[in-house]
Amino acid sequence: MDFTDSPEEAEYRAKCRAFLDATLPRRRPGHVRGYRRGEDGPDVVPQAKAFQGKKFDAGFAGITWPKEWHGQGGTPIQQMIYDQEEANYDTTVNAIGLQLSICIPTICRWGTQEQRDRFAPRALRGEEVWCQFYSEPSGGSDLGSLRTRATRDGDEWVINGQKIWTSLAHEADWGVLIARSDFDKPKHEGLTFFYLSTKTPGVEIRQIKQMSGASHFNEVFFKDARIPDSQRLGPVDGGWKVAMSLLMGERYSMHDEFGPSFKELFSLARQLELNGRPAIEDGGVQDRLAEFYVKAQGLRFTRHRIMTSLARGEAPGPEASIGKLVAATKIQDAASYGLELLGAAGAEMGADMALEGIFEVSFLDSPAFRIAGGTDEILRNTIGERVLGLSPDLRADKGMPFKAIPVGSK
Amino acid sequence: MNFDFPDELKQLRDTAREFLVEHCPSTLTRKALESTDKVDRALWREIGEMGWLSAAIPEAYGGLGLGHLSVCVLAEEMGRAIAPLPYSSSVYMAAEALLLYGSEQQKHSYLPRLATGQAIGTLAFVETAGPSNPASFDTRFVDGRLTGTKVVVPDGDIADFAIVAVRSLEEGPSLCIADLGDAGVTRSIRPTIDPSRGHATIRFDRAPAEPLPTAKGATAFQHLIDRAAVMMAFEQLGVAMAALEMACDYARGRYAFGRPIGSFQAIKHKLVDVYISTELARSNCYWGAWALESGSSELAVAAAASRVAACDAGWTATRENIQTHGGMGFTWEMDCHLFYRRARLQALALGSAREWKRRLVGALCARESVATPADIAA
Repeated sequence: MDFTDSPEEAEYRAKCRAFLDATLPRRRPGHVRGYRRGEDGPDVVPQAKAFQGKKFDAGFAGITWPKEWHGQGGTPIQQMIYDQEEANYDTTVNAIGLQLSICIPTICRWGTQEQRDRFAPRALRGEEVWCQFYSEPSGGSDLGSLRTRATRDGDEWVINGQKIWTSLAHEADWGVLIARSDFDKPKHEGLTFFYLSTKTPGVEIRQIKQMSGASHFNEVFFKDARIPDSQRLGPVDGGWKVAMSLLMGERYSMHDEFGPSFKELFSLARQLELNGRPAIEDGGVQDRLAEFYVKAQGLRFTRHRIMTSLARGEAPGPEASIGKLVAATKIQDAASYGLELLGAAGAEMGADMALEGIFEVSFLDSPAFRIAGGTDEILRNTIGERVLGLSPDLRADKGMPFKAIPVGSK
Repeated sequence: MNFDFPDELKQLRDTAREFLVEHCPSTLTRKALESTDKVDRALWREIGEMGWLSAAIPEAYGGLGLGHLSVCVLAEEMGRAIAPLPYSSSVYMAAEALLLYGSEQQKHSYLPRLATGQAIGTLAFVETAGPSNPASFDTRFVDGRLTGTKVVVPDGDIADFAIVAVRSLEEGPSLCIADLGDAGVTRSIRPTIDPSRGHATIRFDRAPAEPLPTAKGATAFQHLIDRAAVMMAFEQLGVAMAALEMACDYARGRYAFGRPIGSFQAIKHKLVDVYISTELARSNCYWGAWALESGSSELAVAAAASRVAACDAGWTATRENIQTHGGMGFTWEMDCHLFYRRARLQALALGSAREWKRRLVGALCARESVATPADIAA
């Protein structure tokens, strides 16, 4: 049992570090500026795109992708080492992370070599940004309930309907879309998968203002938007399988989430006074800090277990499924506890507040993490059914023609 | 990166699990719970013959010299089986104290007998309610004689000898070894929340004892407890895993309202939360095992983190196992209470999670940085 890299891993890590040192500022302790703090200034996406280009040039974009996808043909452990190193630097690159985790892999997996050649290099270089037209007002967690209609018209498809919670659509050049091509079939059997330019006539993108005041996501309206059949991925009515093929693929994040980590809570508790003593000496504070620490270390060392499997060329065990679920609540709780320690002064916001105001910002930002990319509840269902072998919930709409299923809010 | 147990220890784990399923079923735990004859001596000697009691004892003292990772693996299986055996007392506490602080003569005298199972050892340190502070122990060792009273001594009813924590005067010895058969030692068996393991109050009245020569000051006692806590955390994890599996089995097979109860999110989501607490505990425990085996300076922090996480997993899993079983879970007949009792017994021995949380933060404050050497990314 050891934490040391193999000689090959150490060499790769050194290469990652050399590139990152030359390209990005290292994160300073307690320094929480940038996208990590949930800010969405006008620089975030341009900076992310510029850095993605440098990553590509240095050979760190698409590390595990095969050569036919214009990737590096590397191993999952190399990806993990790179991510682990990148997490030590200030970067906003995650702002455009979705295209490389979901959109382009879907294109490459289901598309032609020409499509791969057209889209993969530009996404890997950060020249083009992608979004994902999935969720709808009538179907978020229950994605299969989507109602956006795709009607065949000769060599084209005509799209009508509405998507929502589409992250980055307002910055995106392209999007992948799942729409209903047959309303008479059961809900998962009448869906077809496409991609399209966000500039397609009939596509209207409106930014949604989030509770935090930021606007990362959008609602998108399709009114007689036309897509050539050549931009269909997978068979007609076979779109569910296409969508699931990438949603199921787990990515093992090495990054801390965008919020206060244990380090920030710990230094806050050392800075503040409680009854004339450092807050860290208070028993109640110690109890809570220990609980946060054990959770943080539990996640950290779970990643080491995942890395160990990847280093051996094995698939990680079921423990890989808990990361997002645990981290999301941990951030919200850490933000809340930071405010509690700050007391009445914790209400005031601003970068001149303790720890650059991360607790106040994260308080308003963190509810998103428990919803985006699979809600806590959906993730618990998935783990309960796949890992613990418990029966799925009864589905009231099972086998019914889609048009007969009640949807939305009544 | 190799943050896992080696293959030969995974084989040991499989062998141990198979053996315990066959030879140490819950009926044996139940038998111990319901009688005064707690330990199956034949079974104890058999696991001695298989080397489980001597895995971390060097060959020079009659052991296998496999190192502490092997004990961690076996501890988890002991927990899984809720074995009614003095494994923690003899292995994590008595043998560990001798390995750390015993003289050559003491090691040669005691360790071979612990290794075979011929002798059972324990650690006696608790004197009163609340955290045990070595600086305020009443038990004294003066002129080769031990005087004082220790309570809830695990396996104190059957142990042949005890490592006894004493008030350390001026960097004097903080741990002694005493033969419990000697004149001057009185033991009275006490009821506990988990009668599948025996406990006793032990009174030493000028009982003959020897100091463990290198156990000086309170830190020696703390260090022993840290090391024992990692091994105990694995045993706690084993109990939690077994309770979680029992709850999931029941949730899969028990029907209500025309469907398996595990299909209800109220049950499913709760069991997922239990699963998460076991995985977080396992990851912390692996870190503790690494620190234990490598002799890392991180041990104090890693041990406390393992302990806190394992206490949480044990409590959550055994409590929700009862709840998942409903009324049946509250019966004497179902095994749920065996896990519930054992998990709490483990979580109290060596001090409660509350105490370990304070120690954890104290140990973090004592370091220059929160970043751990084991964590490349920090």
